[in-house]
Amino acid sequence: MIDLSLVPDGGLSWLDGSGPQAHIVLSTRIRLARNVERLAFATRGGAEDRARVLGLVDAAWRDSPLGKGSVRFLLDDLDGADRLLLHERHLISRELTEAPSAREGGSGAAVFLSGSTGVMVNEEDHLRLQTLRSGLALPQAYAEVEQLDAALGGAVPFAFHPEFGYLTACPTNAGTGLRASVLIHLPGLVLTKEIAKVLQGLTQVGLTFRGLYGEGSEVVGNFFQLSNQTTLGKSEAELLDHLGKIVRQVVAYEEQARQVLLRDAPTVLADKVWRAYGLLRYARSLTFEETMNLLSGVRLGAGLNLIPGVSVYTLNKLLIFTQPAHLAAFEPPVPGDPEAGSARAGYVRRLLDEEAARSAQARRPAS
Amino acid sequence: MSLCDHCGQREAVIHLTQIVDNTVTTQHLCESCAADKGVDTVAQVAKHPLGDFLASLGEGAAGGAAGAAAGEALACPQCGATLLDFRQTGRLGCAHCYLTFEAPLRDLLRRVHGNTQHQGERYRAPGSAPGAEGTDGGAAGPEIGALRDRLRRAVEAEDFEEAARLRDAIRGLE
Repeated sequence: MIDLSLVPDGGLSWLDGSGPQAHIVLSTRIRLARNVERLAFATRGGAEDRARVLGLVDAAWRDSPLGKGSVRFLLDDLDGADRLLLHERHLISRELTEAPSAREGGSGAAVFLSGSTGVMVNEEDHLRLQTLRSGLALPQAYAEVEQLDAALGGAVPFAFHPEFGYLTACPTNAGTGLRASVLIHLPGLVLTKEIAKVLQGLTQVGLTFRGLYGEGSEVVGNFFQLSNQTTLGKSEAELLDHLGKIVRQVVAYEEQARQVLLRDAPTVLADKVWRAYGLLRYARSLTFEETMNLLSGVRLGAGLNLIPGVSVYTLNKLLIFTQPAHLAAFEPPVPGDPEAGSARAGYVRRLLDEEAARSAQARRPAS
Repeated sequence: MSLCDHCGQREAVIHLTQIVDNTVTTQHLCESCAADKGVDTVAQVAKHPLGDFLASLGEGAAGGAAGAAAGEALACPQCGATLLDFRQTGRLGCAHCYLTFEAPLRDLLRRVHGNTQHQGERYRAPGSAPGAEGTDGGAAGPEIGALRDRLRRAVEAEDFEEAARLRDAIRGLE
């Protein structure tokens, strides 16, 4: 099995819930799409081109400030379970979880990681630089990824056009190649049935929304990824500024919706979040989707201080470690449990029990 | 590339997001399955300029061999990709494709992004920096340090315009 302990923080430092607005905004992710001049894009290029790209990035990454103490995974060397594990941590795209045999002569696909910052190689574009941060942290995330861009771009010649900007395999990414997305939890807007209006409004101001795993994924657990739709014709600063403004507005709407729920339906709300907690704490089998939905309820309850003693960090950890590949990798299998429902419920119980014990300990007066 | 949720064979070019009773579902369909399912592809595609563009490229080919637009046959001299390849995959073959198919792509970029002029960071290729001997930081060192401090503060204050200006100034000195 892949040794994720080689990755500083396991690539999970963004889970700590320390970022701004972390009770509503889980994470900020920024990626830059870049391609190497004069080589066919990864989807069209042959094995030789892809190997050249990998070699160029490898050398540039080693010389970059992030190179020290970082780790490189060659996707062809990993089995499906390992690739899925990286995907569940949002460290590689869904595209890279596909079997490497899909590309003859070696895919050349790789990911270089230094904590939550890294670069994917030979995905749709030659390079996808990306970073993940806790909470709403667009400027900090951009500063990080821009530094990496300068380091790699100073060593590898990128394809750039004076009018069209950075050239990408799909024209929808051309220009800045920048996609900034914010993973946001909006149960208040869903419960007050305001969500449709908000999402429709987003598309009118040039933003788009997706599910938990990005492009093409379903919305589960009231988690939405909000990101910029266009990448060309505006500067990086303008794109980030605009997204940040709108996200702060959505956060304000969500907070309003929660206050409306507290005011108009306090008992219904309390019952809902405590039921979610009760099920998670005592259920003996849980599906992934059910877990996501219940975690959404508990996160709402914790955010409103209805459920004391459950930290954002524990809730974030549960989101990641109850996913199928994580359970398979880290939890002992339970006999007769093909969908890992029992293993999942066992893991959730253990974490919530530990959290409850910590919380009781903290409340006990020092003797 | 993702395949059609329905037939699993063709590329999904229509991403149909529906909100029913506050539940959001997304389906990824190819043009043909979308039409079969009664999705109003004309209205739908209009919201997806890439799909619209790809569909309009197909009209030439659908008109028969004789009717195929001259552009359809044009191949990128660097990678050999044609507009037909682009229509089928939704991906260009290489950076040079942007020059080979410049006119139709400019049209597409305008429809997708509302603009074709890159306003973001300008790339300077390795080795093209003026005054390569200045890279050791020599006399410009202290000034760059001060600018970097200001850049950090601008970033923290989320003053991106100022940050971009400072970044360019630092690059100039480097």
